[in-house]
Amino acid sequence: MRTLRDLFKDYRFTFSFIVLVIIVVMALLSFFSPFDPTLWYVVPRDLRPSAEYILGTDSNGQDIFWQATFAVRNSLIISLISALVSRIIAILVGMVAGYKGGAIDRVLTFLGDSLLVIPLFLIFIMIAMMVRQHMNLAVLGLMLAAFGWAWDARLIRSMVLSLREREFTKTAILSGTGTIKLVLKEYMPFATPLIFSTLINNMSFAIGLEITLALLGLVNLNIPTLGTMLNWAYFSQSILLGRWWWILTPVILSLFMFFALYWLSVSISEYLDPRTRIQRVGA
Amino acid sequence: MDKLLEVNNLTKRYSQGSLIARITLTAVDNISFYIKPAEIFTLAGESGCGKTTTAKIILGFEEATSGAIYHNGKLHTRKEKAWITEGVQAIFQDPFSTFNPLRTVDSYFHETVRNYRLASTKQEAIDRIDQKLRLVGLTYQEFAGKYPNEFSGGQLQRISIARALLTDPKLIIADEPVSMVDASLRMSIVNLFKQLRDELGVSILYITHDLATAYYVSDRIAIMFRGNIVEMGTVEQVLMNPRHPYSRLLRDSIPQADPTKRWTTTVTLAELEQQEYLRQGCRFAGRCPDVMDICKGVVPVDIHIDDVLVKCHKYSDTLVAEQAVASDS
Amino acid sequence: MAEKKAVILRTENLQAFYVLEMQGTKKVVRAVNGVNLEIYENEIYGIAGESGCGKTTLLKTLFNEITPPLRLIDGKIYYRINSDEVDVTSLSAEENRKLRMEYISYIPQGSMSVFNPVLKIKGTFEDFIGSHVNGRSREEILKLAHKRILDLGLPQNVLDVYPHQLSGGMRQRVTIALAASLNPRIMIGDEPTTALDVVVQRGVIQMLKEIQQNLKNTIILVTHDMGVHANVADRIGIMYAGKIVEEAPTEKIFAEPVHPYTQFLINSLPKFGDKTMRDSVPGSPPSLADVPTGCPFHPRCPHVKDICRQKMPDFSQVDENHKVACWLVEEGERHG
Repeated sequence: MRTLRDLFKDYRFTFSFIVLVIIVVMALLSFFSPFDPTLWYVVPRDLRPSAEYILGTDSNGQDIFWQATFAVRNSLIISLISALVSRIIAILVGMVAGYKGGAIDRVLTFLGDSLLVIPLFLIFIMIAMMVRQHMNLAVLGLMLAAFGWAWDARLIRSMVLSLREREFTKTAILSGTGTIKLVLKEYMPFATPLIFSTLINNMSFAIGLEITLALLGLVNLNIPTLGTMLNWAYFSQSILLGRWWWILTPVILSLFMFFALYWLSVSISEYLDPRTRIQRVGA
Repeated sequence: MDKLLEVNNLTKRYSQGSLIARITLTAVDNISFYIKPAEIFTLAGESGCGKTTTAKIILGFEEATSGAIYHNGKLHTRKEKAWITEGVQAIFQDPFSTFNPLRTVDSYFHETVRNYRLASTKQEAIDRIDQKLRLVGLTYQEFAGKYPNEFSGGQLQRISIARALLTDPKLIIADEPVSMVDASLRMSIVNLFKQLRDELGVSILYITHDLATAYYVSDRIAIMFRGNIVEMGTVEQVLMNPRHPYSRLLRDSIPQADPTKRWTTTVTLAELEQQEYLRQGCRFAGRCPDVMDICKGVVPVDIHIDDVLVKCHKYSDTLVAEQAVASDS
Repeated sequence: MAEKKAVILRTENLQAFYVLEMQGTKKVVRAVNGVNLEIYENEIYGIAGESGCGKTTLLKTLFNEITPPLRLIDGKIYYRINSDEVDVTSLSAEENRKLRMEYISYIPQGSMSVFNPVLKIKGTFEDFIGSHVNGRSREEILKLAHKRILDLGLPQNVLDVYPHQLSGGMRQRVTIALAASLNPRIMIGDEPTTALDVVVQRGVIQMLKEIQQNLKNTIILVTHDMGVHANVADRIGIMYAGKIVEEAPTEKIFAEPVHPYTQFLINSLPKFGDKTMRDSVPGSPPSLADVPTGCPFHPRCPHVKDICRQKMPDFSQVDENHKVACWLVEEGERHG
């Protein structure tokens, strides 16, 4: 756990760690919620924050605090699914294209580049309109994943291209290592900081995209997420009517999440960067 | 005489340049040589002469344009890597890039043992690794769990040799193994090669441009220049009595660690490398002190004199004379 | 008796360490640990030693290129500029820049990084020379460079190609031509012939000697290859673990090495034509972050005594030009 101790020396990591712990705790609290998030009018409407209702209540008659716990939980789940699935695709595509080269490389790169050039947003709108009825967390997560892998696959591919020429690749081949094991064992350690920071960035991207889609009404508004909360709060004129507790809750939560995720990714990837790692190794 | 490794008429061409101006460089031009068991064979020459390309082709990392390689009499095709990695191993020039800086060095050893099923228990594996390490002057204790940058260059190169010995190969291809090691430490590594040959019967293809160590350690030597073997024979004959002007130039250019033996003549290095490759006729004609008119137009053939192979027009009289004698009798 | 030469570069008790701080741990690398040098004009001075003895750092400090994490802990460096001794460490950045190239130039290892990869060679020459010599037009500069190139035996068209089109050896020679283009009084070369082929190495050494003979300047050469020193250096300083342990004219170092380390160094080199068994220096050099007490060579020395472990010996004069830092000499027990 020397790693953790070293990481905590970085104030950015400490801050993000604390914030994320709080957020995860909130997400877990959702399992203890006394209210069902899909039910309306379970509490008096539009009450300011008080001892009984910590963050007040909204125009739909829901307790904002408990709504928020569900919102945070669902946003986290969506972003995790999106980030993890897109990582896996990016690693597979990037490494295979980089190591094998030739026709496979050209096909995969073409696929990836196409996804990069297509205006994502418009496609999203189209797809979202089509599947809106069947939209649940997993579907949304997978959709976001499908568009998040192309850039990182490119980065991983170029990294593999250069590592392939290094001499330790030859040593591994002479040691009898098969291709797949070689790529995973030899190149992964170099890819880890890249994968980790893009994972976190992808999470941010997913949350952001979800919020955008929700504000446009392209998701299932019955599932509480940070985005849907914002949508409800905004379109129920909470700003106009001065009900700051309703709109500010998802805004502040989202902002904290973005900050924390960004600082987390920066501090960890600096720590994991092979150049600083090599200096530390054997010190 | 059984030949451990035989290379026949090996050629490798590269094409370089853009769409408009492509040139074909023949990095390896129709070379042939063989290596016997328990022998140290040196392939010597400057950089760009094709020796490293030859090594890569033998190891299967590159494909030849034409020619054949035989290992213990069996023809080698690039697809069958298995026989090469068991009977043949390699060590490279830069010990620090031979190992992944983010992995411990012993992980390569354990992996080799696992992949080739050289031991059935962990302890057996450690014993085997330790045995090989002792051959190069190290022990398992001082080596386990360490990363490449915790060793010095000389130590790492010896570890590299130990790794190559794990599969009990009969042939080790050593590509410039001492050029990145301090001059004062080269002897210890080169002595190791001698030991391997004498005690374990391992053959070594020693690729280098350092003729001093080549003389010290090898049995036979082939001198390469811009893709051709220009002289080949035992190391006594080729280095003590060089016939080809290039061999003579190489031998004379070795810096002697003796201030009374400084160079008195100068060399001319007035051509860009690429121009030499594209010459018609003998590629050395641009700098040869004994150049004749025929050298600029006609490629010299291989001539055998006293068990030495020379590729030079100077000796073609001998050839003509020999042929005359042969046709007479 | 040769005429007494003037000292052109002098160091006094030079100490330069790397101070590294990585995530809480501090490491001090004593690369230059008390070096006193006197280098004369019109000579080639060689510094010999294994990798990791601090010689590259010593060169950097002599060139006054001391940037963090390298720090000048103690000592002074003096250049003799027009018969004045100038303390270089106290100069400003602009004064330093003026000295570079015109008074003192540096030939680094790894010649690729000297040339701008997107400019032809003549472009880099223009940049370098143009930034030091005011009032000359581009044509004049190019003519100067061209003449220099031809003088040194390089091919005519070398100025018109890109760096990647040249082989390593050719690049190294062009780098030396560049370094000599403004006739500097001191040229410093860091392993200029390492990783070069024998014939090219010979050409490079030849070139350095020619330049020195024509300009009558000083060349300080660092390499671990004693063969190179034998061919080119007038005097040699043997460096070990951040200190100079022996210094003498080249012939004496090879004929009568006094320090046990020097003896090992010389005996570990193959003599062409001689197949008798030779061996390398036993053990390995110490890490400069963890230098042994007393004389740093004591863990590997076959003649080690108690005092060697405790105190670092000062220089004793073996001869007029020959000095050694070894307790064996101090106490009169030389081993030949």
